[in-house]
Amino acid sequence: MRAPTSDLPIRFENVTVAAGAVTILDGISLTLNPGTPTILIGPNGSGKSTLLRTAMGLVRPSQGRVTWGGREDVPPTRRAIVLQRPAMLRRSASANIRYALRASDVARTEQQSRIDELLALVGLGQLADRPARRLSGGEQQRLALARALARDPAILFLDEPTASLDPAATKAIEDIVHAVSQRGIKIVMATHDLGEARRLAGDIVMLHRGRVIETGPAAAFFNTPQTGEARTFIAGELLV
Amino acid sequence: MPGDVSALQLVLTGDPALLAIVRLSLIVSLSAVVLAALIGIPFGAALALIQFPGRQAVIVVLNALMGLPPVVVGLAVFLALSRAGPLGSWGLLFTPKAMIIAQTVLVAPIIAALTRQTIEDLWLEYRDELTAMNVGPVGRVATLIWDARFSLVTALLAGFGRAAAEVGAIIIVGGNIDGFTRTMTTAIALETSKGDLPLAVGLGMVLIVIVIAVNALAWTARRAGERMAG
Ligand SMILES: Nc1ncnc2c1ncn2[C@@H]1O[C@H](COP(=O)(O)OP(=O)(O)O)[C@@H](O)[C@H]1O
Ligand SMILES: [Mg+2]
Repeated sequence: MRAPTSDLPIRFENVTVAAGAVTILDGISLTLNPGTPTILIGPNGSGKSTLLRTAMGLVRPSQGRVTWGGREDVPPTRRAIVLQRPAMLRRSASANIRYALRASDVARTEQQSRIDELLALVGLGQLADRPARRLSGGEQQRLALARALARDPAILFLDEPTASLDPAATKAIEDIVHAVSQRGIKIVMATHDLGEARRLAGDIVMLHRGRVIETGPAAAFFNTPQTGEARTFIAGELLV
Repeated sequence: MPGDVSALQLVLTGDPALLAIVRLSLIVSLSAVVLAALIGIPFGAALALIQFPGRQAVIVVLNALMGLPPVVVGLAVFLALSRAGPLGSWGLLFTPKAMIIAQTVLVAPIIAALTRQTIEDLWLEYRDELTAMNVGPVGRVATLIWDARFSLVTALLAGFGRAAAEVGAIIIVGGNIDGFTRTMTTAIALETSKGDLPLAVGLGMVLIVIVIAVNALAWTARRAGERMAG
């Protein structure tokens, strides 16, 4: 059963995440609104994964707060995430999806048809009975996407879901992301691939060293970047 | 060596006294492993997942208890079950039940410590995914135990190996009574000291075969399971 209220907007209020002496996210204020996909870009280590995990509710801010639809501590019943390195349960591909369906209280009688549908969607129909941990990296990433979609989320976080895929598989994933977004599911996706950001973004959030450098609609960001970091990054030069 | 031939004869002809001893040994050790698993697996899983002050100390003590000397366990259980002891009214001393209790005490820390390590490692791997799927505490424990089941079989095996091989605890609390509390290991100890080498050697052979067979069985089950579940 879905809560009647929405998890959106997700609001970061001056959020800092620290691990010991290391500051991973540094005073981030940000609002994620319903609508077109928000793409997080930034070099490796800029804090994209941590920001997604914080928005999902997996990481607690050391300072500041995160609210979902104006409320704090909202359990992730309407949010799903594909982690950068998804963990595969020690079960078959289809059982991984069944687990997610059961965790979101999908009726037993509906589970099998949903599993078939989701595996077909990500192109793993032939591998339903393969132990998930025996799938290739790319196949695991697609299974993780199917498992996230099994939760029927209103918001889907994706952490570099095409990083280990070849162009054909990347296109397949981007098509799914596009279709999911068309259905009204909010996409928040990290990538360090600028081409992918251009293809998918409604708006852009750029991170650098744990801070939000620049945000805005994708067209404006790519055409008239406001900061030196963004210009360097868009020009394809090394941003360190 | 003539001793070896008659030992083999005892085994091959299914000598009833020998069979009774083998049977009791298996009942005692397997019962102890089952009881120790019922205690050790939930305890180990809880220790892996629950944070509390002094947790590290409990883990250190638990790991140390894996190496408990059987004679010391035997002595402690003997004192507890003896007529003047706190559990003396149960009247269990020198019965197979006392032996099961002693071996349970011996094996439970082994199963608990290995379970703790296994579940904790798996939890590190699964934590984000299970939290993201909004799985509650009971569901987490069930998932982790289920997905770790093939590793937990290894923990049970280690426990069984320890129970089947030990003599110090059961000889103290069981008393090695002929036809009642005599097991393979206690009989081997006794027969060797009496000089009846054929029976001792025959029992020794049976004991080794059983330990190898149980390990092979569990190894096969584990391999098959891993092929199925990854
Ligand atoms: N648990 C942690 N402890 C210490 N440092 C961490 C931890 N998690 C991430 N970091 C560091 O924080 C920085 C940002 O990490 P991450 O969010 O994974 O960035 P990105 O996804 O953009 O590559 C990195 O330098 C990383 O090493
Ligand atoms: Mg990352």
